[in-house]
Amino acid sequence: MATAARKAPAKSKSDGKSGLSAPKPADFTKDEELSAYRHMLLIRRFEEKAGQLYGMGFIGGFCHLYIGQEAVVTGMKMALIEGDQMITAYRDHGHMLAMDLSPRGVMAELTGRRGGLSKGKGGSMHMFSKEKHFYGGHGIVGAQVSLGTGLAFANRYRENKNVSLTYFGDGAANQGQVYESFNMASLWKLPVIYIIENNRYAMGTSVSRSSAETDFSHRGASFKIPGIQVDGMDVRAVKAAADLATEWCRSGNGPLILEMQTYRYRGHSMSDPAKYRSKEEVQKMRSEHDPIEQVKARLIEKKWADEDELKAIDKEVRDIVADAAEFAQNDAEPDASELWTDIVL
Amino acid sequence: MPIEILMPALSPTMEEGNLSKWLKNEGDKVVAGDVIAEIETDKATMEVEAVDEGTLGKILIAAGTEGVKVNTPIAVLLQDGESAAALTSPSDGGGRAAGAGGGEPAAATPTPAGEPADPPHKGEGKAAPVAAAPKAEIAADPDIPAGTEMVSTTVREALRDAMAEEMRRDGDVFVMGEEVAEYQGAYKITQGLLQEFGPRRVVDTPITEHGFAGVGVGAAMAGLKPIVEFMTFNFAMQAIDQIINSAAKTLYMSGGQMGAPIVFRGPNGAAARVAAQHSQCYAAWYSHIPGLKVVMPYTAADAKGLLKAAIRDPNPVIFLENEILYGQSFDVPKLDDFVLPIGKARIHKSGKDVTIVSFGIGMTYAVKAEAELRGMGIDAEIIDLRTIRPLDLDTVIASVKKTNRLVVVEEGFPQNSVGDHIANQVSQRAFDFLDAPVITVAGKDVPMPYAANLEKLALPNVGEVIDAVKAVTYRG
Repeated sequence: MATAARKAPAKSKSDGKSGLSAPKPADFTKDEELSAYRHMLLIRRFEEKAGQLYGMGFIGGFCHLYIGQEAVVTGMKMALIEGDQMITAYRDHGHMLAMDLSPRGVMAELTGRRGGLSKGKGGSMHMFSKEKHFYGGHGIVGAQVSLGTGLAFANRYRENKNVSLTYFGDGAANQGQVYESFNMASLWKLPVIYIIENNRYAMGTSVSRSSAETDFSHRGASFKIPGIQVDGMDVRAVKAAADLATEWCRSGNGPLILEMQTYRYRGHSMSDPAKYRSKEEVQKMRSEHDPIEQVKARLIEKKWADEDELKAIDKEVRDIVADAAEFAQNDAEPDASELWTDIVL
Repeated sequence: MPIEILMPALSPTMEEGNLSKWLKNEGDKVVAGDVIAEIETDKATMEVEAVDEGTLGKILIAAGTEGVKVNTPIAVLLQDGESAAALTSPSDGGGRAAGAGGGEPAAATPTPAGEPADPPHKGEGKAAPVAAAPKAEIAADPDIPAGTEMVSTTVREALRDAMAEEMRRDGDVFVMGEEVAEYQGAYKITQGLLQEFGPRRVVDTPITEHGFAGVGVGAAMAGLKPIVEFMTFNFAMQAIDQIINSAAKTLYMSGGQMGAPIVFRGPNGAAARVAAQHSQCYAAWYSHIPGLKVVMPYTAADAKGLLKAAIRDPNPVIFLENEILYGQSFDVPKLDDFVLPIGKARIHKSGKDVTIVSFGIGMTYAVKAEAELRGMGIDAEIIDLRTIRPLDLDTVIASVKKTNRLVVVEEGFPQNSVGDHIANQVSQRAFDFLDAPVITVAGKDVPMPYAANLEKLALPNVGEVIDAVKAVTYRG
């Protein structure tokens, strides 16, 4: 029986020093609700399709799906301005879609085709876009935290107002370089938001079995970095926290930690049977806290959309995903000469 | 009995220093712990404290004297009841108070006899067997215009100048690392940079190699051009994941969209008497990795021209320096913008009988061996690789086709060494030209020991290079 079953998410918590506490969920306009719905649905359908293509043998290697966690990247993205950077680990498809990278490019990378974002040379865990300020896609747990701190270093060096959104999981939060980075970020007041996506399991190890301090918003305490726990299943709560955090960083206050309490529905990767938790636990999260269903319910309740309109959005999203999948299955593999390109400039 | 105060060794590699200032005068009372003088080493200006009580009887080395050898008596301390009149003029240390070891400031440092008999940092002149051999001129580098004025410069100054010039040229270049700013560099390589460029561009980091290497790579991915100094490359073991998995591979993994224009630099390889964890050459390690460039200069000119090239290079460059070479002087061309090509070996001395390939501090053995071999009638060609990756095999193979014999000299461990790789490539590409098997003279296959005699045995030496050349030239 999993030990990490927890009370309902959405506890506001203050770090007690900075005076920061989790803000109330943002009041979304109709457009914001619809936009969030559409973006989260795109990630959900995209990931479902990726899982399907994996099962069909089109995607190889590791493939980590983001299903269940869609509200985190979607809400964070809503607070960004041009030039803000995003970097994460290997569960990265949702982040790329949130940063408006092309679904075709992402899916074709998953299938290892020449039209993939990395020409088929990076795969699921390694995609990048300078143009969209997406810095990967990293396969070494925790390495992206120092890199994301470096992105923030560049922002401060250039004296711009941009912020680095550095994502990592509850598992990576126990890596040493995370704390080396916290120290430097705080010392140098770097504009970085450390977004800890606490989905309760580092692969198969629950937070309570791996972490002495399970309140990740406190992980910056030794470095004077304030932190906030956020209901990562409620896109409005994420957006409100993102507004607060980006403002905090842009005002020169240095780093901030947002612990996103979230949940992944699927296994750690495609080959994970997820026997470390109960079906009931997963089912409970899906039925009571699903980020997409929450938005859908509000849209209907407020009469901002009816079932037909939502179905139209669903169809539009399915068409995008189908097109991406079609492209990714039929695009050619990279030319053999690509083996020898892009090693050094 | 009067106590002689000796010139102390203040760093593992210090052989001499400048006596910059006396803080006590003759006749002054001195108690243990008093600062009596300031000594400038190749790294820093250090204060010398008295270990014993007494009266400063006589100052033997005047303030301002340069190049005072370690263990030279610099003053005499009189004990109670002793008079300055009793002092005889000092011998060259032979008159040292017998058994006065406990009373000599810092004199517990190794005596010259404890150092490698063939200290590689003394240049060719010192080793007795080669003293008579004519000094080999460094062959002109075709990358330096003929007739260029040359200025004698230490490797240390050359590295600093290279960074300063590139920082003046490009506002995106900055340097970060432990003690690079306010301390002026643990090995004084970044001396003066903080004063010229300020703390925004000369960044002291906490002791956090893994973290700051990653911060550097992230900044490079964002388009800045960091120079990350490791206090030594031994500490970069903590950061090797960021160097290899993040810096070296991102360009490939991104399909060419995003790379990391970054230089990782610092002293590499064995210094002197710092034992296993601080004495290791990483040339072969990093040269294994596609996506990295690996530079390891020997001369000050190469250090300067190649560091400037490394800073401009859009790829991650591992720049391996050597603490023992920092204080050595070489001619550096006086040019406004002296940049050398990465990936090009330099023929240090041309010859016809055998090719000796080396790089970095390995060159010191090659150069001394060559001088001795000349006395034996063997005309060796020395190739300084300068860059380990990409490796200039064409220059090596062209030389082997001429001499038909090859010896590689390096300080790193023997298994899977740079020499092993060269031997393999030469046997594939020039097998028919070889008149003898290729020999690699490397460090021994042991962790670096501390004891002076064992350390000497663990390193390659000139004799081994000579023996290898004799073997490949079949000169018993």
